[in-house]
Order: sequence, then C-alpha cells, then structure tokens
Amino acid sequence: MNVQAWTFVMVALSFAVYLAVAVWARARSTGEFYVASARVPPVLNGMATAADWMSAASFISMAGLIAFMGRDGSVYLMGWTGGYVLLALLLAPYLRKFGKYTVPDFVGDRYYSRIARVVAVLCALFVSFTYVAGQMRGVGIVFSRFLDVDIEVGVLIGMGIVFFYAVLGGMKGITYTQVAQYCVLIFAYLVPAIFISMIMTGMPIPQLGFGSELADGSGTYLLDRLNGLTEELGFGAYTDGRKGTVDVLFITAALMVGTAGLPHVIVRFYTVPKVRQARSSAGWALLFIALLYTTAPAVAAFARTNLLDTVSNTPYTDVPTWFTHWEATGLVTFEDLNGDGLIQHTGPASSVPNELTIDRDIMVLANPEIARLPDWVVGLVAAGGLAAALSTAAGLLLVISTSVAHDLLKKTLAPKITEHGELIAARIAAGFAVVIAGYFGINPPGFVAQVVAFAFGLAAASFFPAIILGIFTKRTNTYGAVAGMVAGLAFTASYIVYFKFTHPELNSAEHWWFGISPEGIGTLGMAVNFAVAIGVSLLTPPPPLSVQQFVEEIRVPRGAGPGHDVAA
Amino acid sequence: MDGTDRHGRCRLSGARPEPEAGTDPTTRPAPGSRRAYWHRNLTYVGILLGVWFVVSYGFGILLVDQLNTIRIGGFQLGFWFAQQGSIYVFVILIFVYVRLMNRLDHSFDVDEQDDSA
Repeated sequence: MNVQAWTFVMVALSFAVYLAVAVWARARSTGEFYVASARVPPVLNGMATAADWMSAASFISMAGLIAFMGRDGSVYLMGWTGGYVLLALLLAPYLRKFGKYTVPDFVGDRYYSRIARVVAVLCALFVSFTYVAGQMRGVGIVFSRFLDVDIEVGVLIGMGIVFFYAVLGGMKGITYTQVAQYCVLIFAYLVPAIFISMIMTGMPIPQLGFGSELADGSGTYLLDRLNGLTEELGFGAYTDGRKGTVDVLFITAALMVGTAGLPHVIVRFYTVPKVRQARSSAGWALLFIALLYTTAPAVAAFARTNLLDTVSNTPYTDVPTWFTHWEATGLVTFEDLNGDGLIQHTGPASSVPNELTIDRDIMVLANPEIARLPDWVVGLVAAGGLAAALSTAAGLLLVISTSVAHDLLKKTLAPKITEHGELIAARIAAGFAVVIAGYFGINPPGFVAQVVAFAFGLAAASFFPAIILGIFTKRTNTYGAVAGMVAGLAFTASYIVYFKFTHPELNSAEHWWFGISPEGIGTLGMAVNFAVAIGVSLLTPPPPLSVQQFVEEIRVPRGAGPGHDVAA
Repeated sequence: MDGTDRHGRCRLSGARPEPEAGTDPTTRPAPGSRRAYWHRNLTYVGILLGVWFVVSYGFGILLVDQLNTIRIGGFQLGFWFAQQGSIYVFVILIFVYVRLMNRLDHSFDVDEQDDSA
C-alpha cells in the first residue's frame, strides 16, 4: 500500500472511532443528559481540554516554527503551557464556583453591567473566529498533500467534514469524542517522534533523544551537530536566541495570559462536578498537553538536522520523492539562482543566496517521509492532524454558537427568545463560522497567523484583568472594569493595527516601543487595563453590597452548584 | 471518586482553627476564619507563582545565556529550561497547588460535601 492508501485507512479508522464514541455517549446520556455529562471525571476532562486546546497549529505548525526559530521557539512552548498554571491557580476554581455558562456571564454578573457583558461577548467571538480560521488552513494542508488536491479543494473538504461533524456529533456531549481525539492525536505525534529519535540517536524517548549523541558513531551530540550546520549555513546557532530579551519576555507573557483568558478553554472547567476537580482538571490537561509540547522541540531539532543534511548542496535532480510531492503543493519552492543545479539552502549571514523556500507548516507532516519511516506512519500523522483540527474546531464552534445564542441574544438583545429560536441562532452562527473560517483558510494565509497573534493579545488585554480583579478585589466596580477593558483593547488593537496593517514597513525592532513586537504588546495592554481599572474604580463609588457578597461566595469551594455540559 | 471519605462528617464540627468560628451557628464559616483561609490561599498562590516566574522568565529567558555555559549531556541548561524544564515544573506546580488546597479546604471546613451539590 502506498502513502495515499494508508492515509485513507488511518483517517477512516479514526473517524469510525469518533462515530462509535459519539453514538455511545449519546445512548449513555439519554434522559438525564446534563447530569450524566456533568459527571466527567477530571482525568477525562483534562484529556478533552487538551484535545480542545491543541489545535492544528500545535500539531502541524508548532514544531516546524520551532525548527526554523531555534531557541526563540520557546516563546510558544512556555507561552502555551505556562498559561495553565495561571488558569489553575487564579481562575478555574472560582469560575467553577460561580457556575454559570460562559465568560461573559461572569463579567456581566460580577460587574452588574450589560455593557461589560457585550464587550466580553465581542471579544469572545473575535478570538474564537480567528481560531477556527487557523484550523481550516491546517486541514487544507493535510488534504492537499495526501489526497493530491489543491489547498483550496482541501479546505473545502475540511469545511464539509467540520460541518457534518458538528451536526452529527451534536453540540452537546462532545467531551468523550474529544477524549478519543486526544488519544489519536498524541499517538500520531509520538510514534514518528520515537521512531526518528531511535534512528538518529538510538534513544527511544524523544525528550532525552535530542540531548543525546548521534547514532552515527561520531560521538557528537545532536544539538552540537545542528548548531554546527546552522552556523555553517549562515542561520546562526540553533540554541542561540535572535529576538531581543524584552521581546521574548513580552511575547511569552502575552501568550501565557492570553491562554488563560481564552473562552473555549475556560468553559471546560464548568463541566466538572466539583471545584476541587476544576483545579485538578487543569493539572491533568497540562500534563496531557505537556506530553506533546515537550516532544515538539525534539521533533523540531530532528527535523531541522535531517532537512539540512538531506537537501543542502544536493543536486536538484537527486532530491527525494517527498521533496517533489511537496513541491507540487507549492509549499516547497526551489529557484536555482546561480544555475549550478545544486540546492543552496542558506541563512541571512551567508554570502551564498538562499534558493530554497520551505513553508514551516509542512515540517511535521513531511518529517516521517524525510526520515524514511514506513508509509503507515505517514498516514497516521495525517489522521492525527485531522483529530487536532476537528476537536478544536468543535470546541470553538460551541463557544461561537453559545456566545451568539446565549450571551448576545438571550441575555442582551432578545431576552424573550424561545428555546427553539435560541437553537436555530446557535446553528446559524456555527454555520456562519465555518464559512468565514473556510474563506480565511483559502485566502491570505499569512493574514491568519497575524490575526491569531492579535487574538492572544486581545484576550490578554481584555478578559484576563477583568476576571482577576473580579475575583481578587471587591473594590473594582463596573466603571473600572469597562474602562479597563476598553483601554486595554484600544491600546493593544491600535498598536497591532499600526504595525501590522497600516504601516507594515515600520514593523521592525527600531520602531517598536521598548523593543516590544506586536505579538507581545498584549502584555503591555494588560498592564494598561489593570492600571485603568484600579484607578477608575478608586475614583468612583464601590460596587453594591450584593456584589461584594458574591465575591466572598466564589472564594470558597463549598456550595457550588452542579456542573453542566458546555452547551448553548 | 471524590469526597467519599467525608460522608457524614458534621459541617459544624469544631475543627476550625479560629476560635470564634465555633460559635457561629450557621453553615457558613465565620468571617474571620474566611479571611484566614483566603490569606493562606493567597500565600500559596504567591509562592507557587514565584517558582513559575523563576523557571520560565528567569531560567528560560533572562538568565538563559548564563545558564547555557552549564552543560548536561547534550543540553545547554538555559536552552533545556526554555524548551523542556519549565514545562515539567508547570505540571508539578498545579498538582502541588491541588494538594495544598484540598488540605486547606478540609482544615477550614469549606470543602465541598456530597450533599451540597
């Protein structure tokens, strides 16, 4: 069987499993649906949260990004895991005690204000929309490579599947399907990583393998070999940083805080039965995420070493088949500038011009082929990438439909809406989200990556301070919270829009404030939000006594209401 | 799998550390005891977030070049903290917090009981 046949088999097998789990979960929960699904044990909830959180970006793109960024890639590794510590220690238990459905619910109730709720809803919608867009791009890449179609067609197939999937699995009870998807995606990530680690270093654990000696008998450590290769070709040593320290600090903080403020992650903690389980759920989620996130830098180092070894100064006529296949998708391009028929792949510090462009998104997918692993492993990786994309897309569609139906219509614009009307609005919102996502998946892909950074910055500069102040201070009132959110948002958004959209030619370190790139500016926006919220609150009357009592109540676990499923 | 060991434990047991709490006849602990509970919680959070900051921002970013002069096997230590070590510590921190808070909830008698849900 060839790669394509194996891809069909693996994808079909994994889909059969999701289908079986969905049917089983449905039958199980007939009757007392909400109560049954609210009894999700913390370990399984952690797994589902991990699948929800780890998107196509984590699975497909991250290791590739790290492979090309070297040590600077740690902003993603630390940024997208460290946020769970904030979540477990500062948010999850209190929001679980609060016990309502969504993040805007909390902001609206704590700050007794409709405006605060609407601001929160708009942020939630924006963040979720940008995320779904990223998923579609990932699905499109998987299909275009393994079904031999254009990326556009790949995205369309992906849209169809996500649409079908969201209707079939239903909006409710997706937790168990996500558990199955976690198992598929982590298996698909670890198998090739272990294989490659064994081949290159003889060490089966990738986390240790990339700190081991190469298996070629030279006695050189893998990272030393990689540093040698990257320096020789003018990229600079792999384990050295190229970004400014301040910038790395601010980007990491923005990603951490943004993670803790993401609505589709926060809603997960409403599903566990107890406050104490909200805490441990975050721990399990991070453990399952860490399994992939500590493997990714190893995969990155293996992939980069392999790539440089394979293509550098290779005659173009001798390139391996994976190279030709990816060339056909347009994600690998070679231009023989000096006409010598050899591939010169060089960095900015080299005197030889670079002739090879490689899309970072293909590294994880191409890695098994570069390392010449069996075809079934390649098919498995495709199934894993789809699992990552689908589980995240499902979680996001849920947040989008809940935000529209529950927060925007029921709680704000049309309080008299019927349950049936709410459901229809939720479905329309989900459908609309899929179409928008598909559009961005097909059209400017660079734009999506920029908007995702935007989303993190905005989550950091808006939600996070409002929720933290809402729990840890009683004095913060509605004026402070709204002023803080608006100031944080306006500051962050204008900085990003200025450098990314209106003056992209100025987007370089010498023009940035304090050397902070637009990716990291959310951290400063968060500080602005905190300062404004506290300042304005102190100048205006304290919140009513009932709100101060509300804060007292959420601070202790006892008396939490029953958990419920994340549902519109 | 949760709380089975606490079945039948009286909510009003005098096990609270604050003496005035025992005189409060309601199911809610006295305000003084709550303040002590909250204070302890904040102390735990402060210490754990201190560790969180040191391993990630400290070892992984600010001190990365100094730590890189130390080598463990093929890893430079700063690089290892930035791409591996900090993540392991994050996981440990959450589970430590879970343990500490479960103990604290129990000793201040504010933990959840099966009949409260």
